[in-house]
Amino acid sequence: MRTPISYFLLVSALLFTIGTVGVLVRRNALVIFMSVELQLNAVNLSLVAFARQQGNLTGQVLAFFSMVVAAAEVVVGLAIIVSLYRKARSADVDDARLLRG
Amino acid sequence: MKLAPLIPALPLAGAAVLLLTGKRRRGSAAGWLASLLVAVSFGVAMVVFIDLVSEPAAGRLTHVKSFDWVAVGTFKVAAQFRVDPLSIVMALTVTGVGALIHVYSIDYMHDDPRYTRFFGYMNLFIFFMLVLVLADNFLLLYLGWEGVGLCSYLLIGFWFERKTAADAAKKAFITTRIGDSAFLIGILFIWLKFHSLDFDAVFKGAQGLPGGTATIISLLLFAGAVGKSAQLPLHVWLPDAMEGPTPVSALIHAATMVTAGVYLVVRSHPIFEASGTALTIVAIVGIVTAIYAGFSAIGQDDIKRMLAYSTISQLGFMFFGAGMQAYAAAIFLLVAHAFFKALLFLGAGSVMHGLPNDETDLMKMGGLRRAMPITAYTWMIGWLAMAGIPPLSGFFAKDQVVAAASQAGRAGLWYAALFGAFLTALYETRATFLAFFGEPRYEGHPHDPPPRMRIVLVALAAGAAVAGVLGLSATTGLIPKFLTPVVGRTEEARAGQSELVLSIVSVAVAVAGIALAWFVYLSRRIDWQALRVRFGGAKRTLQRGFYVNDFYSGAVVGPAKLGSAFVAYVIDKRIVDGAANGIGRLFATTAGVGRRIQTGFVRNYALAFLLGAVGILLYLAVRF
Repeated sequence: MRTPISYFLLVSALLFTIGTVGVLVRRNALVIFMSVELQLNAVNLSLVAFARQQGNLTGQVLAFFSMVVAAAEVVVGLAIIVSLYRKARSADVDDARLLRG
Repeated sequence: MKLAPLIPALPLAGAAVLLLTGKRRRGSAAGWLASLLVAVSFGVAMVVFIDLVSEPAAGRLTHVKSFDWVAVGTFKVAAQFRVDPLSIVMALTVTGVGALIHVYSIDYMHDDPRYTRFFGYMNLFIFFMLVLVLADNFLLLYLGWEGVGLCSYLLIGFWFERKTAADAAKKAFITTRIGDSAFLIGILFIWLKFHSLDFDAVFKGAQGLPGGTATIISLLLFAGAVGKSAQLPLHVWLPDAMEGPTPVSALIHAATMVTAGVYLVVRSHPIFEASGTALTIVAIVGIVTAIYAGFSAIGQDDIKRMLAYSTISQLGFMFFGAGMQAYAAAIFLLVAHAFFKALLFLGAGSVMHGLPNDETDLMKMGGLRRAMPITAYTWMIGWLAMAGIPPLSGFFAKDQVVAAASQAGRAGLWYAALFGAFLTALYETRATFLAFFGEPRYEGHPHDPPPRMRIVLVALAAGAAVAGVLGLSATTGLIPKFLTPVVGRTEEARAGQSELVLSIVSVAVAVAGIALAWFVYLSRRIDWQALRVRFGGAKRTLQRGFYVNDFYSGAVVGPAKLGSAFVAYVIDKRIVDGAANGIGRLFATTAGVGRRIQTGFVRNYALAFLLGAVGILLYLAVRF
């Protein structure tokens, strides 16, 4: 018996919500970053689930794309965080508010 | 005839050389070059003149085309010169008197730091004036017309460091501009009616013109003439124009430029004749101006302002003659006036030259006859010529103009003209007696000017004395006969007294004017200095030209300045600037509020993303 798609979507929604809340409430740049990854993977999960339900590969291919993009993004993001840390001696995003109006 | 374009081209070349390269001063070379070019131009005009005279009277008209000037669709205007008796008489007067004044200026302007520029402007002026008189269509004439206006501005304001000079230059330009605008509208009208601006085509068509249209066109042209020739009510600029160097006053404001209006009326006489009313208006404006300016001249204590008003009055006589259809007499008076008025101005220049601080106040002269005999005796020839004493040129010229009124059967106008002539004799004699006769009131040691200036004075005096032979009689004189192909035969008297009686009356009137001036200023029977004090109010009224200028200052310039101030300080400063600044301030204020959104906290932005995304999703969910 196949697991119903709603289960996957529930898990995906749960993961996405955790990620979103993490982005919104945490102040450590690394943790925010991890939360973003969580959101990305939540979406990947739903993509794959839908692909399985539809019986074609489009969703899975898209998930691969998003993984590749996420990997590239990690490289850039981590580099930014490192240089931010070097400058401010902290990874707290609230310290980096140079654009305050 | 083919040489005609050379007449204006030579002074133009001089102006170009002097104005473009003459930054540095090389002795009086600039003056000599400018004088030489005008003199050569006079020579060329003479050659053309002789050429013209050798033709039979009916064939004395040649068009010399230089190039197509404007060609837009059907609008075609050529840079084309017209060689006929009228234009060549004008060209000879302009270049002849002009050359003498140039020579005079060589010494007169000798110490001026902008010596070269002065002669550049003078040559440029001669060029434009020649374009004006030689033009074969209205547009080219207008080019010259505006050009002389420009040169007049440049030369009146030549000593622009003095505020009065700069103001006078602006005043002259703006006042004549009023007339010029009317003139331009007149030219547009002419184009509308005739689809041509060529004199031949226009004058041929003018005969069939309805009276009303002809009146409108001729009055518009006349308005231009009124401005340029300083007639009422646009005369106010001329007395102020005396701020310029004296040779400028002699050249522009006596001998040549101001006569352009008279030339225009005489040149366009077919249009004026098609109307009839216009001619009467010309005559009346002329005679009223002559009498008005005559009265004003009596009240002047400044020798140059006196001459300025006398110029206005003589121009009035010229217009009067033109209005009486005595065109030849008007042009003859123009030529004679060019001589004696240039002479009088240069004489005044010599007096200023000889007295300390360029004194122009008649009250600080007196008895100069002994100190500067040559200036005094040449001046006296100019004085008698202007007063109308035979056999000097002014007598013949003015007599013909005055007589024209009687011969046209208009006794009222004749009396008015005689009265104007009486005033002329009176004010001119007054100035002469105050300056050269009586007790000395001057300071310093006046002396005659250097030789070159003296020669010019003598030459002009000779011209003023003998120019009368050019028109001994209104019907058979040289100038009237020569001009016949252009202006038509001067008609035999239709009414009024015989020529002899008219002449005797004219002379009697002139002698009466001189006698009255003698009685008041020289006979010692009257203490004229006490009279000045006693009739101070009347004197001031005359001196200020019946307060016309003050009236304009109050009624036109004042409100105009107020209006400008309103526009500048209320409309521009408050409304226009206010709108621009207000918009800027509005954005600054809005931005000041809006910038608070930018907290700099990443999570705030993230929350905004989230809310936005949720909002869009909700919208889509509701919509589908």
